[in-house]
Amino acid sequence: MKLELKGITKRFPGVVANDHVDLEIETGEILCLLGENGAGKSTLMNILYGLYSADEGDIVIDGKVQNFAGPGDAIAAGIGMVHQHFMLVPVFTVAENVVLGVEPMRSAGILDLDEARRDVEAISNQYNLAVDPNAVIEELPVGIQQRVEIIKVLFRDAEILVFDEPTAVLTPQEVDEFFKIVDKLKQDGKGIIFITHKLKEVLEIADRIAVLRRGAVVGTADPATATESGLAEMMVGRPVDLMVHKAPSHPGEAVLSVSDLTVMNIQGRKAVDGVSFEVRRNEIVGIAGVQGNGQTELVEALTGLREVAGGTVLIQGEDHTDSNPRQIHNAGVAHVPEDRQRSGLILGFTLTENFVLDSYHAVPFSEGIKMDWKASREEANRLIEEFDVRTPSSEIPASNLSGGNQQKVIVAREFGRQVDLVIASQPTRGVDVGSIEFIHERIVSERDAGSAVLIVSTELDEVMALSDRILVMFDGRIVAEKRPEETTNAELGLYMAGAS
Amino acid sequence: MGNVTAVMTRPTDSRSPAELRRSRVLAIVYLVLALLVLWAFGFGSEGSATFVISRPGDAIRVGDISVPGAGLAFVVAAVLAFLGARQWMAGFGSKTNLVLAIGLGLVALSFLAWAADGASFSLVGLLQEAIKRAVPITFGAVSGLLCERTGIINIGIEGMLLGGAFTGAIVGSTLGATAAMIAAALVGGLLALLLAVLTVKYRVDQIIAGVVINIFVLGLTSFYTSQFLVANPALNNAPIMRAFGIPLLADIPLIGPVLFDQNIFVYAMYLLVAITTFTLFRTRWGLRTRAVGEKPRAADTVGINVYRTKYRNVIIGGLVAGFGGAYFTIGSVGRFDENMTAGRGFIGLAAMIFGRWHPVGAVSAALVFGLADSLQVKLGILDTPIPSEFLAMAPYLVTIVVVAGLVGRSRPPSDYTAYVKE
Ligand SMILES: Nc1ncnc2c1ncn2[C@@H]1O[C@H](COP(=O)(O)OP(=O)(O)OP(=O)(O)O)[C@@H](O)[C@H]1O
Ligand SMILES: [Mg+2]
Repeated sequence: MKLELKGITKRFPGVVANDHVDLEIETGEILCLLGENGAGKSTLMNILYGLYSADEGDIVIDGKVQNFAGPGDAIAAGIGMVHQHFMLVPVFTVAENVVLGVEPMRSAGILDLDEARRDVEAISNQYNLAVDPNAVIEELPVGIQQRVEIIKVLFRDAEILVFDEPTAVLTPQEVDEFFKIVDKLKQDGKGIIFITHKLKEVLEIADRIAVLRRGAVVGTADPATATESGLAEMMVGRPVDLMVHKAPSHPGEAVLSVSDLTVMNIQGRKAVDGVSFEVRRNEIVGIAGVQGNGQTELVEALTGLREVAGGTVLIQGEDHTDSNPRQIHNAGVAHVPEDRQRSGLILGFTLTENFVLDSYHAVPFSEGIKMDWKASREEANRLIEEFDVRTPSSEIPASNLSGGNQQKVIVAREFGRQVDLVIASQPTRGVDVGSIEFIHERIVSERDAGSAVLIVSTELDEVMALSDRILVMFDGRIVAEKRPEETTNAELGLYMAGAS
Repeated sequence: MGNVTAVMTRPTDSRSPAELRRSRVLAIVYLVLALLVLWAFGFGSEGSATFVISRPGDAIRVGDISVPGAGLAFVVAAVLAFLGARQWMAGFGSKTNLVLAIGLGLVALSFLAWAADGASFSLVGLLQEAIKRAVPITFGAVSGLLCERTGIINIGIEGMLLGGAFTGAIVGSTLGATAAMIAAALVGGLLALLLAVLTVKYRVDQIIAGVVINIFVLGLTSFYTSQFLVANPALNNAPIMRAFGIPLLADIPLIGPVLFDQNIFVYAMYLLVAITTFTLFRTRWGLRTRAVGEKPRAADTVGINVYRTKYRNVIIGGLVAGFGGAYFTIGSVGRFDENMTAGRGFIGLAAMIFGRWHPVGAVSAALVFGLADSLQVKLGILDTPIPSEFLAMAPYLVTIVVVAGLVGRSRPPSDYTAYVKE
């Protein structure tokens, strides 16, 4: 099967998301689609999948022009898509999610869930995608949820599979597994369109590379000859420094002191188990670990979003163990949460509203009970400018931004004021290389200005590049403490897997 | 590791802090109720109340039961105290609401024994009435959950019930009962279509759209009643559906007359609950409905038509509410009076929430409200020291207490924001 996109154009109010894009892909190959945040990658794929309709241009399959009225038509034509933000019903089981829309039935509309379970098991055996068909989605880690998305696509017999930033939420081990699956799919003659911001992955897996900038295809590259810095420059339009530059740190007094902290997860089990550490002025501490080893709960407890079951948290010497988020915010703490759509933004609010979300109650953004929207808008525009958020205006809802730009809004809000402590979870998740460079520079300059910085990331490279000191978390405890210059990715990987 | 001494910490409790708080509140409620029962009914009753269980014409007759009010109160108080203690320490998990309903039922029973102290009181009559009064509430609740399961809040149930009642009276008076039921359902469906157009197509705020429907129907029916029905009494004189027993089942003592010697609306309620439970959780339609409610974009990406699903469900919900509304006229008194639904649609919404958006939960909650309602009617006959105005408040009071304090935070099954397709 051969798929061609011809002259695809899509305009949103104030932006041309896709500008006469031409692209082709055949079954049996892997095409990597690169581009900075807001370049129009997700939009293009949503058009291909029938979710958006193009203003101009055609989708052609094996020489025949297609007319997709909705995803149903695209699915019927053999196109499958794993979305940037997963499309699973959280309260349904794996089997229910997989068959939704093409349900096996006993008769007259009555579901055959046994058949559904068998179908899931068959696919999961064939492609080594281990998953329990009876598990409820909201209780599964993201890595497994992604397997469900893949099974869902395979169940619909897709020939061309689109993966929109599948590796952004995966741990290094999961990425390796994912690549094995993608390879197997390719061997089976499927065509794959793969979107990512991680250039290393592109060079590892791509057969062809296409780069999008500001809605238009600006070039293609051959993975055999391409380099990371070459691709980065092509994406952003200027040379990008992929290294983090920082002077050796000279830590001062402790800003955050955590001692013997214990926190429960939603199921009531110990997620953080007697953890103690300090983060000092002029120091970046990185917490490495496989997702789900208590980092989420640790950060939520430190930022007042989750109840502390035992131990103490001191911020600049003051007890903030049971403080609420605003008290902690007022104590000079910035927080970049790990899930931007769930806890970082109010998607239906405008950018301006999101930018003042933490400070709307004080001068200069309000006086008494009256909001000062003029001052708020000025602040919003200043941050948009400074942090290079790609948006037509400050007055559109956050949901209209591309994933990476949503992330930049949060980083801008949190870094846009004077703080003593920065707590950032996955600060660069889904962000393009140019912006990663920028965010990393900001983090280092926060440190140099005297802040204490705590970074939590499942991205080992990021932790290694940024941290002055690395803590490895496993099963709710800190199992190792290393300086980046005296350890390696491989050694940290062992600690992350539970070796001690 | 040499350190094997078990550290005694607080016993591991799997309840989250929020659940724990709710458990504590509930436990205190149980204890207060226990004390109340003890003090008011235990020490306030002297003789016995006689509960009549069979009716004169029943095939199998069972003797009346004489209950000493004080004794019963002591037992009920003890049970409540036990429930309170258990709730405090371990909780009842997913059965919390069920246990609460049983607890409230016991309080009601004890209250009855006290109110009927020294007299005789028909338990059959009370329960029969409770079932009847649960009918419109159940129809309202199921209508509500059919809509909410696809992400549309239906505040307009009250209006749909009222519209059904009005239509039932007029069509019943002119064309007969069968036509009346069909017409009432259609009117409900039509109002629901309006709700769907407003909320799905024009993305009007769902609460406002519902309130508009309520005001519209209330105004219209009141106007026509005073301008039209008062002058033409023949148009407001509908036949009343008679009760008929189901062979064999109706002969079971107590249960028979209460459950199986009723009119068609009660049987329709049983069917409604059975059918919606089955279809919501066992059929393709149900799976898609719930998917659209929980995560419309996910449903869209697998080719389900989100808008069509919402329209369809809201209209079905309207048909259900309209039919249920006919109960007020042809199922009960045979004539229409201004605003005769008197908030039953809203109580239906409360029952839906108390029943956690499940048809069986909804009907159970509706029965609690129905019981409160029928107590109020039946106790009016007995000579109690409580003023009748206070008795009339009972169903609403139960609603407020249940919704405000005791159900805890229920997570609605839906994303209620308007779905926008690019
Ligand atoms: N629903 C929408 N309404 C209005 N504008 C939109 C909408 N979706 C996307 N856009 C705009 O279209 C442009 C392209 O967005 P898109 O999501 O395709 O970017 P992307 O390349 O996937 O970026 P990222 O790498 O950050 O995910 C952005 O400027 C974005 O603001
Ligand atoms: Mg994207």
